[in-house]
Amino acid sequence: MGVLTDVLSWACILGGLFFIVVGAVGVLRMPDVYTRLHAAGMTDTMGAGLMLIGMSFQAGLTLVTVRLLLIWGFLLFTSPISTFALSRAALHGNVEPIRIGIEGGGS
Amino acid sequence: MFAVATAGLLVSMTLAMARALLGPTVYDRVMALNLFGTKTVLLIAVLGFLAGRPEFLDLALVYALINFIGTIAVLKFFEMGDLGHGVSEVASQGEA
Repeated sequence: MGVLTDVLSWACILGGLFFIVVGAVGVLRMPDVYTRLHAAGMTDTMGAGLMLIGMSFQAGLTLVTVRLLLIWGFLLFTSPISTFALSRAALHGNVEPIRIGIEGGGS
Repeated sequence: MFAVATAGLLVSMTLAMARALLGPTVYDRVMALNLFGTKTVLLIAVLGFLAGRPEFLDLALVYALINFIGTIAVLKFFEMGDLGHGVSEVASQGEA
């Protein structure tokens, strides 16, 4: 593999790592379950997707890439489902969404 | 460079585990564990590349399956209080 695939692979992996770390910091610092779910979803989509794409650049056209794409597709389907189930369960369990800075919001 | 990815993943896993320990409600803890599982999948894949044995990806695939099913099962348990019944049955029992 040439220099080009190496550069593309490292760029994708480092970009994914950036999104993962930002998502983890967001999960730690956000004030509420629903806002934390936003940060967690960012990790699941951009972070994991970019990292798996970078690793498949590194692997080339082999069976390893097929497995990486399988993992990616599986995460792509299951991450929104679990996020939706979590927010629905939290609403069901009477966790109120936080309201900061809504002027004249009434309730 | 895979070592850098491993270190970053470990740091973010530590942050997710801190949220799982701190989390005020049970949903925060479940969300943090789901996030921890996703990062574990990525960590297994990166470790396979770091060791030069990408066969670890099968383990990552299985771990992704187990993580999803475990999250959904725990959420259903906390929402319904029961794993054996569907939403409509529990709702009709509540009305009756």
